[in-house]
Amino acid sequence: METTQKQDRIIVPGPAGFHPPSAAQLGVMLPDPGQGLMYGLLESNEEKVIEEIARKMLTSPNATIFPGPMVLWAWNEHAVEKAKAVLEIAAQIPDVLIIPMPDYRPKYPKIDPEEVINPNHPNLTIWGNKIEACIFIGVHCHYANLTLKMIRAGTNCCTSAICAEQGHEDAMLTIRDADHAKLRKVAKIFKRVREQMGLKLPDNGENVRFTGTQSKVYGGKTHTNPLEFMPIAGATAGAAAFGHKPEHMQSEG
Amino acid sequence: MSESLETAVKTNPQGDPITSVAAAPKTEVKKDPHADAKKQRVVTPEHMFFEAPRTKEFITGSEAAKEAVRRANVDLAIAYPITPQSETMQLVGVLYGEGYVKEYYRGEEEIGVMAAIAGGSRAGVRCFTATAGPGTLRGLEGIASWPGHRLPAVAFFTCRVVNAPLAIQPDNIEISYLLNCGMVVFHAENQQDVFDFLLKGFTISEMNDVTLPVGVCCDGFFVTHARGYVRMPEKGIKLPPREAWRGAVPVLDAENPPARLSRDAPVQKSNFMAYNIHAVWQQEVWAAVERSRKYINQYMGGLCTAENVEGADAIIVASGSAAAQSREAVRLCTEKNIKVGLIKIRSLRPFPTQELRQLCKNAKLIVIPEFNYVGWLAKEVATAIYGHSKAKIIAGPHVYGGQSMPVELIVDEVESGLTGKKSTNVPLSAIMGTDVDQGSVSHFMQNI
Repeated sequence: METTQKQDRIIVPGPAGFHPPSAAQLGVMLPDPGQGLMYGLLESNEEKVIEEIARKMLTSPNATIFPGPMVLWAWNEHAVEKAKAVLEIAAQIPDVLIIPMPDYRPKYPKIDPEEVINPNHPNLTIWGNKIEACIFIGVHCHYANLTLKMIRAGTNCCTSAICAEQGHEDAMLTIRDADHAKLRKVAKIFKRVREQMGLKLPDNGENVRFTGTQSKVYGGKTHTNPLEFMPIAGATAGAAAFGHKPEHMQSEG
Repeated sequence: MSESLETAVKTNPQGDPITSVAAAPKTEVKKDPHADAKKQRVVTPEHMFFEAPRTKEFITGSEAAKEAVRRANVDLAIAYPITPQSETMQLVGVLYGEGYVKEYYRGEEEIGVMAAIAGGSRAGVRCFTATAGPGTLRGLEGIASWPGHRLPAVAFFTCRVVNAPLAIQPDNIEISYLLNCGMVVFHAENQQDVFDFLLKGFTISEMNDVTLPVGVCCDGFFVTHARGYVRMPEKGIKLPPREAWRGAVPVLDAENPPARLSRDAPVQKSNFMAYNIHAVWQQEVWAAVERSRKYINQYMGGLCTAENVEGADAIIVASGSAAAQSREAVRLCTEKNIKVGLIKIRSLRPFPTQELRQLCKNAKLIVIPEFNYVGWLAKEVATAIYGHSKAKIIAGPHVYGGQSMPVELIVDEVESGLTGKKSTNVPLSAIMGTDVDQGSVSHFMQNI
């Protein structure tokens, strides 16, 4: 159950307004290790925060996971393990969307909200897909903070940030120090909450819903099994794995 | 005659001729100039700041800065001379020669220096520079862009007057320009502060949730060229290297695209998003300044210090060298049985707003002496405690353009402020806050 009264909450789903003050301006401080933030309030037990994230992701329309560069690119073995754990979390959420944030540069002339989310105009992806709950994982803290502020200002989306560092005060829900072990703990808690709520996954395991653009890429399929996308190893998951060769680098000048 | 022409033969005490050959010229064993630097061992910030035994040395502020850099594991230091900073970066150059700093060069001028510091920080290395007065303002475009790009670095500002007319005298007006850049700003009172603030600044600057430049200011000459006692840990230890991969932004990878592009692309190209992204970007920079409070408290023991404030009728609020003068003024006031406390502001950004509200809530008078004309600290204090204290705030005494600050000026402001006696220094000051007596303001003018 929620531990905080609604009237005490500071950071809640918006739209918060044309230009609301940041959470830091409102006096919200980041959690210490083991703690989390729940709607701008410190929660001493991070598991309660994870449970609330699970409830929001399991009950909100068009719940979406936004993986960032630190789990999308195989920088090292740890990144690969984190990416696997993110897919394990996704595997616990019926009908979840996965829309990547592969980099931080604005998309010109126009973003395809069914393809990516971008910190310079994240509200467009939220609006375009009518997303009412989301999780950010693997986004560098500065860009995550920009994104979270803008989503809170202009959308009604309940944001969660699972952070490898100190957490994010502008997210409605956040936990910190999320290495791959903690991400797997998150997946387990999601599973427990889902089972408590009596929500079932499809028998064929295809619980991730494609966006329209993704569906076109996959020949009109509407759903997929996230566990089929498991990366294999850091050493083979670099640019070379996608046919990118040294001579290509030269041709790029 | 012939005898006198004979060549004198040197003999030993026994009369035997000395036949041994002259000793071969000494072949000097080349000592590795980096030998001591190579022996430095990495310690935790906690050990460096709190646990390592310290010994006391009598050194200048410039030398204190050098000793801080020696222990800070600095990768890149860039110099451009300007009085009174030149000696600091010259001494850092000595550290480069000794291997304590990995890269060092003299820039073309301050715009180039600050741009290069940005490049170094973006590339993930620990950077240091120092400048002063006109140099600060010349480099200000670059300096003001560091926070927005989330670039950790430490810059040392040894304040002097800003031209024109040309002068090199002490005056800390340049701090007022730094306060709104979005960087963390400390103001050192003395040589010990310079050493501690610089060294701790590197650690605070690189905290993931901060990831901002830290500016350490001191009053030029008073601190840089004068000696004071500085307690320092041994030279053989240094801070851990920068872990750039942990920063709030990705490090530029110079080997791979898109490193040749700007990491933070222009955001003004699309009208429907322009205001929004830059607005939240600015919010985020200042949120990071707020987050640094935790680490300033942890490593520096607070954003300000308070002495004798409990039960004091008057409180002097000061930073930098004015704090040292104020401490002496407190002593003189005590001899006159005037209850005066002192609040020394260490961190100007973030500003100790909550701390001041608490400390000043019962004060009748607040006096804010400064080494500049505009009274930027008084404005900061008045803004912070507005509505939280009924004290009369005297923005002064002010000295500038190289003037020293006799402690009697401060004592006079305290006495006149508490007793209603006419101060001869009122025109130097501005009275702020409640209970303003316009008569005292006009007193001096009437007597010119």
